[in-house]
Amino acid sequence: MTRAGRWIGRHLVLFVGLLVLLYLFTPIFVVVLMSFNDPKSRLAYQFDGFTLDNWLNPCQPYGLCDAVSTSLRIGFLATVIATALGTLMAFAMVRHRYRGRQATNLFIFLPMASPEIVLGSSLLALFVSAGFGGVLGFWTILIAHVMFCLSFVVVTVKARLTGMDTRMEEAAMDLYANEWQTFWRITFPLVFPGILAAALLSFSLSFDDFIITNLNAGRTVTFPMFVWGSAQRDIPPQINVVGTAMFLLAVLLVLGGELARRRRAR
Amino acid sequence: MTALSQLGGGEQAAVTEKSGRRFTAYLLLLPGALWLILFFVVPLVSLLSASLYDPNGSVETGYSVTGHWQNYTEALKDYATPFGRSFLYALVTTAFCLLLGYPLAYAIAFKSGRWKNLMLALVIAPFFTSFLIRTLSWKLLLGDDGVVVDTLKWLHILGPDGRLLATTTAVVTGLTYNFLPFMVLPLYASLERIDPRLIEAGGDLFAGPVTTFRTVTLPLSMPGVVAGTLLTFIPAAGDYINAQLLGTPRQRMIGNDIQQLFAAGAYPTAAALSVTLMAAIVVLVLFYVRRAGTEDLV
Repeated sequence: MTRAGRWIGRHLVLFVGLLVLLYLFTPIFVVVLMSFNDPKSRLAYQFDGFTLDNWLNPCQPYGLCDAVSTSLRIGFLATVIATALGTLMAFAMVRHRYRGRQATNLFIFLPMASPEIVLGSSLLALFVSAGFGGVLGFWTILIAHVMFCLSFVVVTVKARLTGMDTRMEEAAMDLYANEWQTFWRITFPLVFPGILAAALLSFSLSFDDFIITNLNAGRTVTFPMFVWGSAQRDIPPQINVVGTAMFLLAVLLVLGGELARRRRAR
Repeated sequence: MTALSQLGGGEQAAVTEKSGRRFTAYLLLLPGALWLILFFVVPLVSLLSASLYDPNGSVETGYSVTGHWQNYTEALKDYATPFGRSFLYALVTTAFCLLLGYPLAYAIAFKSGRWKNLMLALVIAPFFTSFLIRTLSWKLLLGDDGVVVDTLKWLHILGPDGRLLATTTAVVTGLTYNFLPFMVLPLYASLERIDPRLIEAGGDLFAGPVTTFRTVTLPLSMPGVVAGTLLTFIPAAGDYINAQLLGTPRQRMIGNDIQQLFAAGAYPTAAALSVTLMAAIVVLVLFYVRRAGTEDLV
């Protein structure tokens, strides 16, 4: 075997893994490329020429920026509510002994394990039978988003809490800190990365959801609904600007987190 | 269901508080639980009752609750094909995700060295670009003049007038792509827990890499495989975005029908289909978890 052959043999799994990562990234390259597209016709979805116009006029397609702003507002509110409620639940489940823990676990996993179409259609059935058919919109979307984000928050915060060393808290108590002080000075800062991760996850789930939102949106248009609508007619390249911007934002956040972690580790 | 809670760090919760403080626990649980009861459990009940409405009503005039079981028999008769197709596609998708996801998860857990965090972040990063936009870019990638089709034609894998877009292949490609991370993350979580010394021991005991993998690594990663296949299969079976954007009505999945029926206001039939989908998934999952069950499960 050649040296290259041996090297590949030893690193085969890593090599295949990187290929799969490449597969995960292929559409991202397309999205970034298309954000600079200067389309010749409104119907064509192919690269016709390079331009910066889409980045300079992201709001040009009618309704795009309204949809993004609606999604941002819903995402923000849903994140705040779901993170607060979910964090409380995670604390109860990890740090307290109570009757029905096993049942709570199952209860938390059920929404995650239900197909979105079922979650969305059952909420719609509720809203319709409660006579809310006419007021579907911002608030019904918000209710739905908090519902499906909640489980993900609980799971994420629980993971952080479970892995935490409780001796720090015991030490604080031994040093005569009361419960309140222990919580805010020790516990909360230690759990915070988990809460932050949960909030990020909630926001991206909410910002990206289409299936549940579409069923409960009435006439309100969120960003994914705008994309869906334009996919039936023409796809303005500005959509790819929003996609690329979201991606860059996520990369920056991850890099920032990693840098902070490395600095603390030093 | 412990297989799923694998993601959440398992059951070995550190219980530090005294057990007498149950009241606080219930107080902490209350707001979230209330939200889930009101907007997850109650809706499921109302979906169930909507599936029994008399289909002659409408949203405006109201429906009479008549215990109309025929909604189910009629819906199943009319929609058996998309139902079967959904489960078939979801099954194939899950198999592909396992095939692609296992090497990736393995590489991250054991071969990535100090790049581990970066590689994990890279698995999640594409997910911040909207699901729909990414699916639309597959439309471009698999398009008739796209790179993929040209390459496959050049390799004579695809005939001169062959195409990918608007075929089953395109829909399954999209589904596999969209749900791959749901496979990779739980697989990674369970591989990461394996003590590398156990794998080294396999080598010390003269097992080849394949034997070590088959007898040590794979069995130890089973909780991840079970969690990953469930987290891939369930959303894939209910998805309709990929079938809509990358397929034609011939690749229609049950989600497409449910969504269209709801949009058209045919609530009783749509609800009956939705309940059936949920029930079928629950039955399949219970069966699967029993069969695949390590002691950890059920």
